[in-house]
Parts: sequence; structure tokens; C-alpha cells
Amino acid sequence: MRYFDLRLPLGWLFVVLGLLLAIAGLATPPPADTRSLAININLCWGGVMVAFGLLCLWLARREARRRKN
Amino acid sequence: MERIHLGLIDAAILVVYFAFVLGIGFVLKRYMRSSSDFFLSGRLIPAWIAGLAFLSANLGAQEVIGMAASGAKYGIMTSHFYWVGAIPAMVFVAVFMMPFYYGSRARSVPEYLKLRFDEKTRALNAVTFAVMTIFSSGISMYAMALLLNLLLGWDFNLSVWLSAGIVLLYISLGGLTSAIYNEVMQFFLIVAGFAPLVFLGMRDVGGWSGLQARLAEVATSESYAAGALTNSWKFMGSASENPMGVGWFALLMGLGFVLSFGYWCTDFLVVQRAMAAESMPAARRTPLVAAVPKMLFPFLVILPGMIAIALTQRHGASGFSLPTKPDGSPNYDLVIPMMLGHYFPSGILGLGLTALMASFMSGMAGNVTAFNTVWTYDIYEGYLRPNASDATLLWMGRAATVVGIAISVAAAYFAAHFNNIMDLLQLVFAFVNAPLFATFLLGMFWRRTTGHGAFFGLVSGIVAAALHHGLTQPRGTVTIAKGGWLGQVLHLYPSEMAQNFWTAIFAWTTCFLITIAVSLVTRQQKSDAQLAGLVSSLTLRPDEQGPWLTQPRTLGALVLFLVLILNLIFW
Repeated sequence: MRYFDLRLPLGWLFVVLGLLLAIAGLATPPPADTRSLAININLCWGGVMVAFGLLCLWLARREARRRKN
Repeated sequence: MERIHLGLIDAAILVVYFAFVLGIGFVLKRYMRSSSDFFLSGRLIPAWIAGLAFLSANLGAQEVIGMAASGAKYGIMTSHFYWVGAIPAMVFVAVFMMPFYYGSRARSVPEYLKLRFDEKTRALNAVTFAVMTIFSSGISMYAMALLLNLLLGWDFNLSVWLSAGIVLLYISLGGLTSAIYNEVMQFFLIVAGFAPLVFLGMRDVGGWSGLQARLAEVATSESYAAGALTNSWKFMGSASENPMGVGWFALLMGLGFVLSFGYWCTDFLVVQRAMAAESMPAARRTPLVAAVPKMLFPFLVILPGMIAIALTQRHGASGFSLPTKPDGSPNYDLVIPMMLGHYFPSGILGLGLTALMASFMSGMAGNVTAFNTVWTYDIYEGYLRPNASDATLLWMGRAATVVGIAISVAAAYFAAHFNNIMDLLQLVFAFVNAPLFATFLLGMFWRRTTGHGAFFGLVSGIVAAALHHGLTQPRGTVTIAKGGWLGQVLHLYPSEMAQNFWTAIFAWTTCFLITIAVSLVTRQQKSDAQLAGLVSSLTLRPDEQGPWLTQPRTLGALVLFLVLILNLIFW
């Protein structure tokens, strides 16, 4: 019996965490102080993580379809 | 120091992560039907997953925190622990040793020793390994709980029990597969949590050239040449020229050969991940898959240390500086947590802390899965109940997980009270590990090596390590945990690291020579038929199908070429 595709939980984890970061980034724009170097790191990195998560989910789906055929 | 305050969103990120970790364990429970599912993942794991788990099992929090601390102390030279002290050994185990590990169908490294040599060699390895894994997992639990207490003000007890409880649940439910799946998720989380930290830090410091300029000031203030912290090889000519206090020969032989091959090629903690792979080609690709991210990890874990010390020397735009210990020296162990707290606003801060917790749990889970396998197959089935049914073994695997973690927790509390004893214990482990690679090398590539040879070679290697340590000392230390405990100091090393490397060299050489000598005067107990599949000359070369471009040898050569380029760039 094959295990379930790891890319499914991995993809979902990154989508959920990425969205949480993006929300944090939109809700509280970076303070003007120098600490985070005036970059909205939450929003940017949240976006990257969602993109990576979606890529994993897409790969997992493609594989599942390939197996079915 | 200032405590870091977690916002609601940070807590939410931690909770989501824990939910996924446990969820994977629960889903995998129904797949665990036999002991082979539980301890070997039924040998169903694809190469890329086994490879990332191979890397991640070794990536404990102590590794992450320790490498950042070394980055702050020694600069880019710390990359030797990766580019010299890991990659070549990983290529070697993939290309040359995996055919015997995987091909022999041994279920553990001690079991390989039983098939190749005899019971006493297996028993020595199994028992020392089981004790080591349990204590290392306890020591890392202690380190983590201490850090969370300092950083977030979390209760020591809460941190210990919470993390132990989570690891216990997901391993006892889903066995090795659960550990491996979580290790891969942890790998991606560690990258996701630390990459933005390096990005912000590098921006703050003014890129690589800015970092070089500031580190030149640090190096000259410690009376080294200006490039001593930003060149990996240039100042290795003699031990006194570089902050590590190690010369190139001790580095190449001690770290690059003995310690590195001893760990990556013989430690069941990592080898177990490759043994769980779905086929021989997948098993051989496992360490090669791991080698690629491994060679890039210095940028993720060493750079933060270099950035932290550079910013302490001359502040960047953000005003970061490293806190000092009571005696005025910088507290290197706080590099990662301080940088997380400094650069990350609420949100990504939760992600960074999750990455830290993830690295801690992956390291602990690696130890626990290796322990429950060795305990169940090599000690319980091997000596206590040789005819145990498979259902009993599966049950024992879960029981060993519970008991193993309980002992780890006890070790964590023990470490909190008797720090020195733990240091001594780790020292003894180092003695036990140092000679191991000589035994495997001779066992796999010289048919004549006998069980007596292997056993007495190992024992004398361990004794040689202890003697060497007892008769030498690093400069400027007095405690017995650092050496010289035999009353007489025959040699003074420029640094503790140099002493460690030379201890390993002595242990390996002794084991190598004694194994050969004893093998020559004792009779080979195993017939050629028994040794088929275990020794190079009696094993058919694994049929390497497919185009030459995708074969382990080609991939291994490519990995070595890439690492050579990295060494040249940072020469």
C-alpha cells in the first residue's frame, strides 16, 4: 500500500501559513522604523509561501491524475 | 536581555504547524500494520523524500544554533563542516556503501554488523548507539527548553513536556514514515523561516562586500589577518593564523575523513532514512539528494552568525548588536534567536520560531526512531526474545518510543542539574564514534576482516581515543572534560577543535591497524556464501540501468564538482 502524497499536506501547510502571513502584512503595514528595513516582509514572504504551496498541490494533483490513467 | 513577545498571529502559526504534525501521524496510523511498516516505512519512500529526511534528521536545533554560533566565532571557515565535513562522505555512502546496506536487507546498522561480523560486534554497536541516541535527544530537549525560557519566558517544564508529547504522539502513531514525512515538512519550514532572516540581515549589512569590510575590522581587532573570517582556506596554512586554531591536515584528516565519514556513513540515524527508500536506485540517490541542499545550508545557518558579529562591530541601519555574557564576551549561542526577535515583525516572527521548533523536533524524532528500531530489532529480538512475533515487535516499537522519550525527558532534567556530567557523557560518545568508520571500511572492502578483528579493533580504537584525550590538552583550559586527566600532558593543542580532530585521527588509525592485525591471526568464521551481498568482492555490482547521466557515480561526481566550486569561490 502506497502512502499518501506528501506534497498534499506540505502544500496545504504552506498555503495556510502564507495566507496568515499575508493577512498579518495587510493588517499591520511595517512601522516606519528601521527594524524590518521598511520592507513589508510579512506580505512578500506570505505571497512566496502561498505560491510554493500551490505548486506542491498542483504537482500532487498531476501525479494523481497520471496514476489514474 | 529583552524578551520577545508573541502576537496572536505568531501563536496561530505555531498552532497550525502542530496541528499538521499531529494530523500526519493520525492519518498514517492505519498504514502501520507490520513491524517493517513501523521501523522501515515498508521500504516505500521515494528518493526525494528519503533524501530530504536524511538531511533533516541531522538538522537539530543544536546544529542550527551551533552553526550560527560558529559562524560568529570562526566566520566562513565554518563552512568546512559542510563542504569538507559532510558532502564527500555523503557521496561516498551513496556510491560505495549503500549497495551493501540496502542490498543486504539488514534492518539496521547493528544488524549489518551481525551479518558481516558476529554477535559481539553487533551488541557493542547496538548498545552504545541506543544509549547515545536517547541521551542526545535529552540534551537537545534541555537546550531547547532553556532557550525558549530565556527567549519567550516559557516555563522549562512546559517546553520539555509539550515537545516530548508531540514527538511521542506522531512517532508512536505513524512510526518511521511519520518521522520522515514530518522531517521533510520541517526541512521546508526551516528554509522558509531562515531565508528571509538572511535576506534582511544581508541588506542591513550592505551585502557581501559590506559584510567583508566589517568582518575585516573584527578580524584585525582579534589580531588576525583582515580576511581571516571571510576566507575559508586562505589562512589554513597553520593553526595560529585562523580563529579555529586548526591546520589544513588536521582539518582534512580529522574532520573531512574520520569524523565526517564516521557519522554520515555509519550512523544509523541517517542511514535508516536511506534504508527506507523504495528501491536500490532510490536508496543510492538518497544521500545525493540530501547533498545538494546540504551544501547550500551554510548560507542559511552560518551567514546569520557572521552578520550578527559584523553588526555588533559596526551597527547597520537597524541598530542590531549581539548581547554579551557576564564576562563581557559576546553570547554566540543567541545569534539566531536574537536576529529573529530583532528583524522579524509579528507574523513572520511566528514562522521563524516555528522553524526553530521544527528543527528541534526533527532532530529529536530522528534519534527516537533510530532508538526504537535498534532497541526492538537488535536488543529485544536479538537477545531478549529471539522468537517474538511480528505483532509483538510492532507493539514493542511503540512501547520503546514511549520509554525512550521518557528516558530522554529524564536526561533533560539531569542535564539541567548536572551540566558537567553531560559534557563528560558527550565526550565518551565521541570516543565510541571515532573509530567506527575503519570497521565499516575494512568490513565492506576487505573480505578477510574477521569478527574478532572488528570487535577488538573497535575496542582498541575507543581506548586510543580516550588515552589521547587524557594525555593532551587544548591551550588555556583546566577542566578534566577538556583533557589531560591522566595526570601528564604530552602535547598542548592550539584549540579544542584541533584536539578533537587529532583524537579522531588516532582512534581511527588504531582501529584500522588493530583490525587488520587481529584479522590476519584469526580465522574467518563466515563462508563466502554468507558474505555475499555484504562485502564488495563477493557482491555483484548493482545493475546500473538508465542513461549514464542519472547514475549515482555521475550524480556523485557532479555534487563533488559543485562543492569544489563553492570552496573556490570562498577560498
